[in-house]
Amino acid sequence: MIKSLNFRAAVVSALLLLVFVLAWHVGTQPKQAAAPAAGVSAEYAALMGGGQQQSGLPTPLQVGQTFWERVSDPFYDKGPNDKGIGIQLAYSLARVLTGFVLASLVAVPLGFLIDMSPVMHKALNPYVQLLKPISPLAWMPLALYTIKDSSISAVFVIFICSLWPMLINTAHGVASVKREWLNVAKTLEVNPLRTAMQVILPAAAPTILTGMRISMGIAWLVIVAAEMLVGGTGVGYFVWNEWNNLSITNVIFAIVMIGLVGMVLDLMFGAMQRLVTYRE
Amino acid sequence: MQENFLKIERLRKVYPANRGGKALTVFDNINFGVDKGEFVCILGHSGCGKSTILNVLAGLDEASSGVVLMDGREVKGPSLDRGVVFQSHALMPWRSVMKNIEFAVKSRFPDMKKDQVRAHCQKYIDLVGLTGSEHKKPAELSGGMKQRVGIARAFAIEPKMLLLDEPFGALDALTRGVIQDELTKICAETNQTVFMITHDVDEAILLSDKIILMTNGPEAKIAEIVVNTLPHPRSRHDIHKDPQYYRIRNHLVDFLVTRSKQFASEAPADYDPLHPPMVKPGLNEKLPVEASTEPEPPRGMKPSLHVVNE
Repeated sequence: MIKSLNFRAAVVSALLLLVFVLAWHVGTQPKQAAAPAAGVSAEYAALMGGGQQQSGLPTPLQVGQTFWERVSDPFYDKGPNDKGIGIQLAYSLARVLTGFVLASLVAVPLGFLIDMSPVMHKALNPYVQLLKPISPLAWMPLALYTIKDSSISAVFVIFICSLWPMLINTAHGVASVKREWLNVAKTLEVNPLRTAMQVILPAAAPTILTGMRISMGIAWLVIVAAEMLVGGTGVGYFVWNEWNNLSITNVIFAIVMIGLVGMVLDLMFGAMQRLVTYRE
Repeated sequence: MQENFLKIERLRKVYPANRGGKALTVFDNINFGVDKGEFVCILGHSGCGKSTILNVLAGLDEASSGVVLMDGREVKGPSLDRGVVFQSHALMPWRSVMKNIEFAVKSRFPDMKKDQVRAHCQKYIDLVGLTGSEHKKPAELSGGMKQRVGIARAFAIEPKMLLLDEPFGALDALTRGVIQDELTKICAETNQTVFMITHDVDEAILLSDKIILMTNGPEAKIAEIVVNTLPHPRSRHDIHKDPQYYRIRNHLVDFLVTRSKQFASEAPADYDPLHPPMVKPGLNEKLPVEASTEPEPPRGMKPSLHVVNE
């Protein structure tokens, strides 16, 4: 009972992983070879996989080997269909970040505007409500047709999916800035720009960052699907390509990497959120 | 009569009727003046428009008609000439004590150099007794300390006039006393002109030179202006020993308990809202010098009489 909560949780986590890997290992062991049925020639049996019933899923050991190989050489480039995971992830991250930054450049000022002008608030609201529930991938054909570049289309899809949570959260954050802080700024004759930057922005920052965190989460979900569609590069393309190669080992590897990167992104935004959060 | 430093003339606030309701006149024909260096309290029940008057003076609200003149110029919108201490202290929680005051000082003196700003802020932090807490965030401070920061921030811009919106309302009696003492001290040192809202009769007597008594709203008026004739300096500990104290106090309590309600129907015949009567109950030797509504409290520990605020 002296051990801390964290330590105990870590032990349980490790145990869960162990149980899972064990179960996986047992589940993917080749089944006992059934005796070749009479009448089937040895040659035919060999063609059918040596008469062994093999599970399609790779064993943990195989996946582990793949992990090691791929992680130890992440940046090789052997042509369009064989690039290291580091390169693929970098492509995906670059698209996500470009789309995300563009979206925040639009969403944050627009969120301010929506709150400062009641007319704009009412005028834009129906569009926001209409556009928000559209799956970002539904924009893909339109983007491909108009932009005529698959990579930029993927960035556009990220842009459009990151936009709404940031816009809505910024508008909400700005709207909930306490009246008294604005009154302080007013009585001090602070100009609107300085009020926006030094009062409203820090006051709304936690809410704005919540929106950014949600946006980033969605963007990372969407990029995989978008890259499966547009192909060429990126971790989504990698998954689809390996599926076409029937390399389930690589698919599993990619799934885990997508999870890890997503987790790191979320942790980064969590840390930023803690940085701007204030206690009242 | 000489011109007042601050002059409020025929001030009136009407909230327009909404959906078939009647328009609400909060107060009407409010006239009074504040001289330079004077400490004026306004006393009245909730709903009489005290806060609205203060907000109009601060430039945060607009009167429906009437004018406010300060130093001969009309008050339109907020100005750095008037420092405001808000009831809820209104500190920005993401800024430290120093940064909160710096924000105000930089607004007032945009050309000041960085270390000058620091020194200026430090001076006012020291003045309100917060030395050592400069880098704390408001969340780490007690209610009294937060309000001190609010006061330091208002003083730091060196305004021509200070507006205090019930600054001690949310504080416990002990803290309130300490900060009242400090406010008295600072105001005496700086000869600051102050306009303050309060619900607390004892606070008004301790701090003010003049106490404006408002009748109950709607259509609140200034019933009279009580001149606080208690000599300076005053101290919380022996102020009640002065014979004037209970004369003034009884007069105020009597007003709040009964006359503020009846004023609308029983206004004196010679009542003129343009020149509300100035009274000096403290000098009226016919009045008793004991508490009339309350038994004499134990020495130095007077419970503050609060107007019911709901």
